[in-house]
Amino acid sequence: MASKLTPYLVRSAFRPVRIASRTQCRTFTATRTVASGSLAVHRDTPVNNAKIPFKFTEQNNKLIDEILKRYPSQYKKAAVMPILDLGQRQHGFCSLSVMNEVARLLEMPPMRVYEVATFYTMYNRNPVGKLHVQVCTTTPCQLGGCGSDSIVKAVTDHLGIKGGETTKDGLFTFVEVECLGACVNAPMVQINDDYYEDLTPESIIQLLKAFQESANDIQGTGATGALTGKDDKVKSGVEVGVGSGKAAGKGGLKIPAPGPMSSRRSCENSVGLTNLTSEPWGTEVFRKDL
Amino acid sequence: MAAWWLIMKLSKLNERNVAHVVAVGPQSAYGAAAANHSSHICPISINDGFTPLASASNPNSTSTSTRRPASKAACSLTARVLPSTTSTTPRVPSFTPQQSSRGLATVQDAPPPKKTQYGGLRDQDRIFQNLYGRTGADLKSAKKLGDWHKTKEILAKGHEWIISEIKASGLRGRGGAGFPSGMKWSFMNFKDWDKDTKPRYLLVNADEGEPGTCKDREIMRKDPHKLIEGCLVAGRAMNCSAAYIYIRGEFYHEATVLQRAIQEAYQDGLIGKNACGSGYDFDVYVHRGMGAYICGEETSLIESLEGKPGKPRLKPPFPASVGLFGCPSTVANVETIAVAPTICRRGGSWFASFGRERNSGTKLFCISGHVNNPCTVEEEMSIPLRELIDKHCGGVRGGWDNLKAIIPGGSSTPILPKSVCDEQLMDFDALKDSQSGLGTAAVIVMDKSTDVVRAISRLSHFYRHESCGQCTPCREGSKWTEQMMSRFEKGQGRVREIDMLQELTKQVEGHTICALGEAFAWPIQGLIRHFRPELEARMKDYSEAQGGAALAGGWDHSAVKEGKLISPGQ
Repeated sequence: MASKLTPYLVRSAFRPVRIASRTQCRTFTATRTVASGSLAVHRDTPVNNAKIPFKFTEQNNKLIDEILKRYPSQYKKAAVMPILDLGQRQHGFCSLSVMNEVARLLEMPPMRVYEVATFYTMYNRNPVGKLHVQVCTTTPCQLGGCGSDSIVKAVTDHLGIKGGETTKDGLFTFVEVECLGACVNAPMVQINDDYYEDLTPESIIQLLKAFQESANDIQGTGATGALTGKDDKVKSGVEVGVGSGKAAGKGGLKIPAPGPMSSRRSCENSVGLTNLTSEPWGTEVFRKDL
Repeated sequence: MAAWWLIMKLSKLNERNVAHVVAVGPQSAYGAAAANHSSHICPISINDGFTPLASASNPNSTSTSTRRPASKAACSLTARVLPSTTSTTPRVPSFTPQQSSRGLATVQDAPPPKKTQYGGLRDQDRIFQNLYGRTGADLKSAKKLGDWHKTKEILAKGHEWIISEIKASGLRGRGGAGFPSGMKWSFMNFKDWDKDTKPRYLLVNADEGEPGTCKDREIMRKDPHKLIEGCLVAGRAMNCSAAYIYIRGEFYHEATVLQRAIQEAYQDGLIGKNACGSGYDFDVYVHRGMGAYICGEETSLIESLEGKPGKPRLKPPFPASVGLFGCPSTVANVETIAVAPTICRRGGSWFASFGRERNSGTKLFCISGHVNNPCTVEEEMSIPLRELIDKHCGGVRGGWDNLKAIIPGGSSTPILPKSVCDEQLMDFDALKDSQSGLGTAAVIVMDKSTDVVRAISRLSHFYRHESCGQCTPCREGSKWTEQMMSRFEKGQGRVREIDMLQELTKQVEGHTICALGEAFAWPIQGLIRHFRPELEARMKDYSEAQGGAALAGGWDHSAVKEGKLISPGQ
């Protein structure tokens, strides 16, 4: 019996020692984490807590009335997205007090507002710089033009910050974002509300320099053109892209108009038009029996 | 029955005549037609006597049917060899005599198409004349280009006329799925719809988020009146009381231009109370999204409009019965809505004259990536891919031979290698036959310098970021595939894991509420289908560089020795 037990006992006595001597390390994730999404929970900070008062301005209150008219009166809740955006534009970011104020205005539980604010990526629940530099890095931008990799490198080198960080002077916040829907004009960057397209590493640095030079003139992100239709900066039709890519880099740097930083104006073939060159048709082509 | 039995007896004596006898026997008209049919188009089986179809329709004829394996095989063989009507053959095949010898089990051939060359759309047939911004986007310039011309008359024709015109045009939804628009719109006018007092909504999907797509943006900032008039016309067809244009939040400029155009239209009395003087009240509102790709899905868009997180709803109930605010609603893409007035004015048959059958019309193509001059262009449907790129974009960088692969319809459609692209037609059915899809017609071109694994891996990252987190297969699967793809980028994995990845994507597909599950599964499936050797080569290189292949899960080959793995199930 003993002869049977001894080898077993010897073996099992050493087993825990052997196992303990191995390094048992295994992290929760095997791949790196990506910093493009922010934390979904709120943490009180000196600039963002429920005690900071927030009220909409008189002008914005009028806009809110205007917004509420667009939705059925029993569904005031539907206006939460535009009003949160308005609050963010007024306050600079979508703080807890902005959310609470919107909840109060729309008579909905604050949690329902938090749900919305955490779901959509355009609500900045933490303070951002005066200029929110969002470089698109999705596949079409990664491939097109000189590629977004070189743009990201140029921006990080020039500003000295990584994705998700703000410069010390509080002027720039840089993030990598997903497709912004200007793929034909890749690579591109969105700075606050404006698209700057057809970038090269040189032109993006020029652009950033132009913003740095005129840092004092830059207004916040209070533009409400999307609600009122009134914004002189917004061009349409024949004026789209006029003056883009021209002004930057010259003496007395000016911020160029939004649009492609190359020679073209919008989505056309940059060498020459391949279509829509003949006289436009009018009503003569329509059926006669209308 | 007795007569039938007699026929069967006779058939044993004289096989040759059976088909003809069946034609006059007590079988249904279908059987007779089938037999007649066989004498025309299936000479092989008629020579042999009985046809598979005729035998199948009669349970008593086992003796005859069992005697015919050879003929069946021959018949089905011919059918398999022959191209079907909806086959992949890019240039529509001419009607060859070979095709006339087809088995009965296959569908009857469609008449040969009248047109076999596509592309080369003339300027006078382009709907979006202001695509490159040659005139202003204001009402006056829009009217000069034919917008708002006789809108009142169109509205007065009524919803049935508009829908029949759209049906005749063969317009298919331009947002990606390609559902016939006329049919979709007609779902809104269900039985007793007019007894329902609820408001009804048209929702325009301007949440253009699909990577590669940038067509709606051009419509909204240069041709906003086309869209607003489209809302009115389509709204009339569906008897809607209002339209909401859900525009993505990043499009601040476009939303502003659109808002301006709406105000102009209101001032001119074109929309609002008594729109265009037609006695019909119609409102148009803009609602901005806030940066969520998923809100481009129809039910998610509705949730978002209601002021909730954009998480898709289960269907049914479909939006046409219970949609926005619980009222009947229909979601349609910007391009679909914007072409509707022009179709009504120039006639459905005009629109249907472009492109192949069932894929008719003109389409905005956005060509991005490795082409010399990327651009957005309106072209005829079914234009060959190569012609599209060579004609409008100055060709692929370094010439056509430098092409590696193309994503033909926005990020969620599977990638196609050059061998397929050579002869590919750009329409819904042709691309479906190539195991891809037209999607939003956003062509992403990749030349030989592209790291195709990285390109797809970046898309996996995109979908992981954009998954709303509602259904487990998508939330977890997108994360998992992203992790695997980022390892495969470096070759850090095992060949076996490629199959695991394929299996994983197959298990996500169809098991989610919305189509995001498919959207992230398909690009990966496409990559594995066409670029598996590249993945394997990368793993081989990695193993050579590291002195051993990575273990499954991306562990170093020496991980077991180092004691890093508790259960080394490699």
